[in-house]
Amino acid sequence: MSEVHQTGEDPNRRDFLYLATGAFAAVGAANIAWPLIDQMNPDASVKALASIEVDLDGVEVGQSVTVTWRGKPVFVRHRTEAEISEARAVDITTLRDPQTDMERVVKDQWLIMVGICTHLGCVPLGEAGDFDGWFCPCHGSHYDTSGRIRKGPAPLNLEIPEYDFVADTRIKIG
Amino acid sequence: MSGESTYTPANGFTKWLDTRLPILRLANDSFVDYPTPKNLNYWWTFGGILTFCLVTQIITGVILAMHYTPHVDFAFDSVEHIMRNVNYGWLIRYIHANGASMFFLAVYLHIFRGLYYGSYKAPREVLWILGVLIYLLMMAAAFMGYVLPWGQMSLWGATVITNLFGAIPVVGNDIATWLWGGFSIGNPTLNRFFSLHYLIPFIIFGIVILHIWALHVPGNNNPSGLDVQDQKDTIPFHPYYTVKDGFALSIFLILFSYFVFFAPNVLGHADNYIPANPLVTPAHIVPEWYLLPFYAILRAVPDKLGGVLLMFSAIFVMFLLPWLDTSKVRSGRYRPLFKQFFILFVIDCLVLGYLGAQPAEGIYVILARLATVYYFAHFLIILPVLGLVEKPKNVPTSISESVLGKSAPQAAE
Repeated sequence: MSEVHQTGEDPNRRDFLYLATGAFAAVGAANIAWPLIDQMNPDASVKALASIEVDLDGVEVGQSVTVTWRGKPVFVRHRTEAEISEARAVDITTLRDPQTDMERVVKDQWLIMVGICTHLGCVPLGEAGDFDGWFCPCHGSHYDTSGRIRKGPAPLNLEIPEYDFVADTRIKIG
Repeated sequence: MSGESTYTPANGFTKWLDTRLPILRLANDSFVDYPTPKNLNYWWTFGGILTFCLVTQIITGVILAMHYTPHVDFAFDSVEHIMRNVNYGWLIRYIHANGASMFFLAVYLHIFRGLYYGSYKAPREVLWILGVLIYLLMMAAAFMGYVLPWGQMSLWGATVITNLFGAIPVVGNDIATWLWGGFSIGNPTLNRFFSLHYLIPFIIFGIVILHIWALHVPGNNNPSGLDVQDQKDTIPFHPYYTVKDGFALSIFLILFSYFVFFAPNVLGHADNYIPANPLVTPAHIVPEWYLLPFYAILRAVPDKLGGVLLMFSAIFVMFLLPWLDTSKVRSGRYRPLFKQFFILFVIDCLVLGYLGAQPAEGIYVILARLATVYYFAHFLIILPVLGLVEKPKNVPTSISESVLGKSAPQAAE
């Protein structure tokens, strides 16, 4: 190259070709790298399992059911009056992830949330822990009757999935 | 250390080969006539033992892959099929499963050897860093291997570990989804873990070759920590150390065989004989014993991201070790204060291991925090300061003197 610079008539033209070739190769490498990386993301068949419908008939006050949605457990709890009032009595400024109970439900008595601890993904146990809600046995996170984190290592409240009441006692999750 | 080659081809064929591919010359200079310090003790036999472990895992692993099915519906059953139907399948699987534990036992002794005798100090920093890399890859391989039987501990161990990446700000959840190939651990995850579990040992094998190369440039460290000065300080690798390594390996194999034949499940968890169920978490998730100290560090912090960062730092601090230890004296043998802190550090690691197996509550959390602080203090405070304040003992002038003494043992006080 340096020889070309000294003796060539137009060294800039050679530099330009050299850089353009390198840039073209870099773009090409990035283009082929992306499919190799993206193949690991959820595939079409996984994404197709978008939503499910759940019938709430038969879930009496004080009972819970667990349904599977996108491979994850979803807790559906028919809350008692005591649990609702306990959840609403909390001063939300004291919470790690401040949220009122109203923000977390569509209908007061139905609490619907993804049953995965926001710490490291275990499934918490129902009607357990220091706050009468859920308790994660893996690393000791306590959730209250609204599924909000109250004690332990988890950073966030239990996630509320997207859902709608398609009928009075029927919901569509996702 | 790597002086002139002493290899002389014995016959016409080896002469012909030597001018085309001098592979016999390389083998001779590396493992036969290779000049080795004459004072290596049994703590130096773990390099050979580890090579044996790696080869064992690769051979048994390739065989197991002939009978295993990496699919969530069949994985658990195919492992039981190996145990019950495949000829000697039980033996091969138990060697592979316990072999992982034996591999880690040997690597921990190998690492503590290096820590005590200062084998990470100049000019062996690259050798040390390659070793830490191998250790990291071993942990990745062991973790993914534990997922393959698709029992309850497989699924939930994988869930906890992959969720660690979810702690990364902003992109954490996308990374976790990318690792899973779904919205939770599932068939795509099992498939890719099998693929990577098969790949990693061969990467380790490649780095082991670099590790040995980096060892043979400065030559072995030794219990005195002194450099080799002349031929009187060394003996040829073969037969002296091939025999010593072979003897140590035989003893090691007795322990190995004890686990394989008499206690094949004692190092595992009964829960992993329950097929994976994504709706039920076992009451008590515990990783394999060799990961417990890091698990204790993870749980010692009451913050998700903080715990994850600290756990990874516990490994990465080892990469910096060659520059954190300020002492000019290599071997712990001549460092009276270091010797005591080294023992404390070993105890601290064992305590962390114990705490990692206990529930994360009450006194265990407090103890785990203290032990975690001490772990980092050892690397970041004690080692840098010790080198400045400690008065080492008199160091012998040569390896020969360290073995034979000068005339009277007045140096040893």
